[in-house]
Amino acid sequence: MVLFIEQLLNGVQLGIFLFLVSAGLTLIFGIMGIINLAHGSLFMVGAFVAATATTASGSFVVGLIAGVAAAGVTGLAMEYFILRHLYHRDHLDQVLATFGIILFANEMVTIIWGRTPLFFNAPDILNGSIELVPGIIYPVYRLFIIAVGIAVAALLYGVITRTRVGMLVRAGATDREMVGALGVNISVLFMALFGFGAMLAGLAGAMAGPLISVEAGMGESQLILSFVVVVIGGMGSLRGAFIGAMLVGIVDTMGRAFIPDLLKLFLPIAEADGLGAGLSSMSIYMLMALVLVIKPSGLFPASSGSH
Amino acid sequence: MSNKRNTILLVLLGAILFTMPLLLDAIGQSFLLGSATRILIYAIAAMSLNLILGYGGMVSFGHAAFFGVGAYVTGILSFHMFEDTTIFGLAGTNSAAIAWLASIAISALMALIIGALSLRTTGVYFIMITLAFAQMIYFLFVSLQRYGGDDGFMMFDGRSRIAGLELGDDISFYFVCLAALAIFAMGFKTLVNSRFGQVLKGCHENEPRMRALGCPTYRYKLVAFVIAGAGAGFAGALQANLTEFVSPDYVHWTRSGDLLIMVILGGIGTVLGPFFGAAAFLMLEEFLPIIFKGLGLPLLQEHWRVVFGPMLILIVLFAKKGLYASLMDWGRRKND
Amino acid sequence: MTDAPILIVENLSKSFGALKAVDGLNLTVQTGELHAIIGPNGAGKTTLVHQLSGQISPDSGSIRFQGLDITKMQEAKRPHLGLVRSFQITSIFPQSTVLENVAIAVQMQSGHSFRFIKNARADKSLSDPALSYLQQIGLESLANEPAHTLAHGQQRQLELAMALALKPKLLILDEPMAGMGADESAQMVSFLKSLKGTLSIVLIEHDMDVVFALSDQISVLVYGQVIATGIPDEIRNNPKVRTAYLGEEE
Repeated sequence: MVLFIEQLLNGVQLGIFLFLVSAGLTLIFGIMGIINLAHGSLFMVGAFVAATATTASGSFVVGLIAGVAAAGVTGLAMEYFILRHLYHRDHLDQVLATFGIILFANEMVTIIWGRTPLFFNAPDILNGSIELVPGIIYPVYRLFIIAVGIAVAALLYGVITRTRVGMLVRAGATDREMVGALGVNISVLFMALFGFGAMLAGLAGAMAGPLISVEAGMGESQLILSFVVVVIGGMGSLRGAFIGAMLVGIVDTMGRAFIPDLLKLFLPIAEADGLGAGLSSMSIYMLMALVLVIKPSGLFPASSGSH
Repeated sequence: MSNKRNTILLVLLGAILFTMPLLLDAIGQSFLLGSATRILIYAIAAMSLNLILGYGGMVSFGHAAFFGVGAYVTGILSFHMFEDTTIFGLAGTNSAAIAWLASIAISALMALIIGALSLRTTGVYFIMITLAFAQMIYFLFVSLQRYGGDDGFMMFDGRSRIAGLELGDDISFYFVCLAALAIFAMGFKTLVNSRFGQVLKGCHENEPRMRALGCPTYRYKLVAFVIAGAGAGFAGALQANLTEFVSPDYVHWTRSGDLLIMVILGGIGTVLGPFFGAAAFLMLEEFLPIIFKGLGLPLLQEHWRVVFGPMLILIVLFAKKGLYASLMDWGRRKND
Repeated sequence: MTDAPILIVENLSKSFGALKAVDGLNLTVQTGELHAIIGPNGAGKTTLVHQLSGQISPDSGSIRFQGLDITKMQEAKRPHLGLVRSFQITSIFPQSTVLENVAIAVQMQSGHSFRFIKNARADKSLSDPALSYLQQIGLESLANEPAHTLAHGQQRQLELAMALALKPKLLILDEPMAGMGADESAQMVSFLKSLKGTLSIVLIEHDMDVVFALSDQISVLVYGQVIATGIPDEIRNNPKVRTAYLGEEE
């Protein structure tokens, strides 16, 4: 039971990362109709800059801010120089060009930071563990991540439901042409939204730094998981991204923790280990397949038009 | 006439490919024969992707999965042959006839499953889902500890056996791959010109119209997806033979991207384009570092991808016609 | 000629959210007639066409074609029964040649296409009939041009040729003259006149002159319901129609 709750929390914490990355992805697709493979690179930029800034300044907060800012700036540059020329191109062009950005970004990061993974620690105040309820001890830093993630989700929810920008975003996700008709300066809105999505990815990267090794290519595994999230949750929907991210985070973590043990109840240990590893790494894709069979446009589709 | 030029190009290409081992020997670069063979193999894989991408309009970002499945099937059969053990109760084999056909069949089966799910969607969803499923196959292979997990495994039994041919000899193997490519290309051309090919093109240009004409498009797209998967699986079986090594790296998501680039670079929706694309891509990969070294740019020699990425973006933005079309148009004035 | 209706629509309804686009619609089309459907914008004409062709499925009600209930039948199966539509917004294969556009329709009409070997482009059994449909509609001189190079009116004609190549028993034409010039419209009207009697036609059209010139029967659609059906003179003089629809036009 203790293990179960710990794993559940780990799942939620992975879900938070996935939510931060997929929120930007889904918003950007929802309003601009563009698929950006390089979104994972922004996660990576956030992590690298946060690592360097934390080490240099000795302050985790400075590192966090620097990581978010760097991802935001990188995102704006990406939008200005490349993506805005692709809005009216087909998805294949967008995929290839942003694939090119990934190759460039990963190599650039290797040039600047080298091939050795970076490690940096969370500040002392967040190190250590606390006893949540008697018998369940959980690392403070992971709780911090969950808290930040929920705060961001609440903020996003407020912005999307209560503000004019949020109204535009919602309208854009349902009917892209309409936003143009509302007399909004589209290119400014796009850039702002893009920068914002980039900052969310950067925040996830910066916070992930103390937990995973910071290395070139780290963004893409997040990106592909975020795709799974978006497919499950429904494209263009923040609520879908949040629930999808939680589902993926929890299923993945739980699967890895418990499937091999479950199999050992039925199978010899050697087979159970082999099969268990395979099955648990496939669990979220099975989940995605299931959603595709039941609801091909995701659990919370933003637009009813596409299928 | 474009036909005449096409014929000249084909004859020239055939002559170069047919004499490649001699040519390389003459310039003292025989070690490049492996690279040349790799081009032939990837040309088959890129061609198979082009069937769904260029003709069917399905942007699959997971095509390397089928390539990998093909490689693993041939590799695993060889593994059990060498170990003299069984898999699912079946003995291993090193017979090309059995192993390669098994690669093709199982890749086709995987493509049937993945395609049946992915084709329930279109557009961006389709791209993301094919990528995700390919990643699933990747992790599946990584989890196969028996077959080396992350690191993959060597085929200690060597290349597959065909009666009367010594595939262990690099030149023989080159010619087997060349013949495979030639047969594949001819089959491909026949296919895209057939009624099936017309339906596929129709789905690409205007799928709602095809449905209104009475075409159950899902079925046709799925069959195309399966054929493409089988083709990539065949290429994978050849690749496993070439290197006598199989690893999850074949299915790494960037490999799927590479295949897409090959198709675009060479000329999407043309029969021969993907061959030129595969050749150009693999040669760039091989020679770009050497060129930068020659230019005295050691930083770029190591990090050639930092040039390759932007190059790709520029090609997408400005020169999407592809190499094949450029060759066909080269030196000709536009007068239409 | 049989007197049985070719199409019977009963109590058909379709809503989009709160909007009832089609609301308990009844319609009967007799075999061999040209039946026009008129109505103001937003009356549900296109929603009706989409349901007849199977592009969207109704919430309730039934559609019977030649006595067969096709309410839930897949879109792609309907053309094979002889129920064929054209699109309000021109829908062709822009990159293919004009001939290829019609040839693919001929191909669809001649059995399944899981045929992988024989060259379809050199297949006379496809191109000959395709060419004759192009001759019928007057586009044969443009047979080898890419379809996207055609003028708008010609593309509308091409679309009609594709529909005819499916050998329809009932042809649903969704504003075939939309966006055409006066000359092209007149040409299309006389062509449709020449088709009359060879097959049944449901014609969605705004232009009243065209409708009154061509139709055997007219149904008036308002707010998703048919408020009147009759021969042109009856419709012209129906007071309900005049207030609900024709009156607004003046």
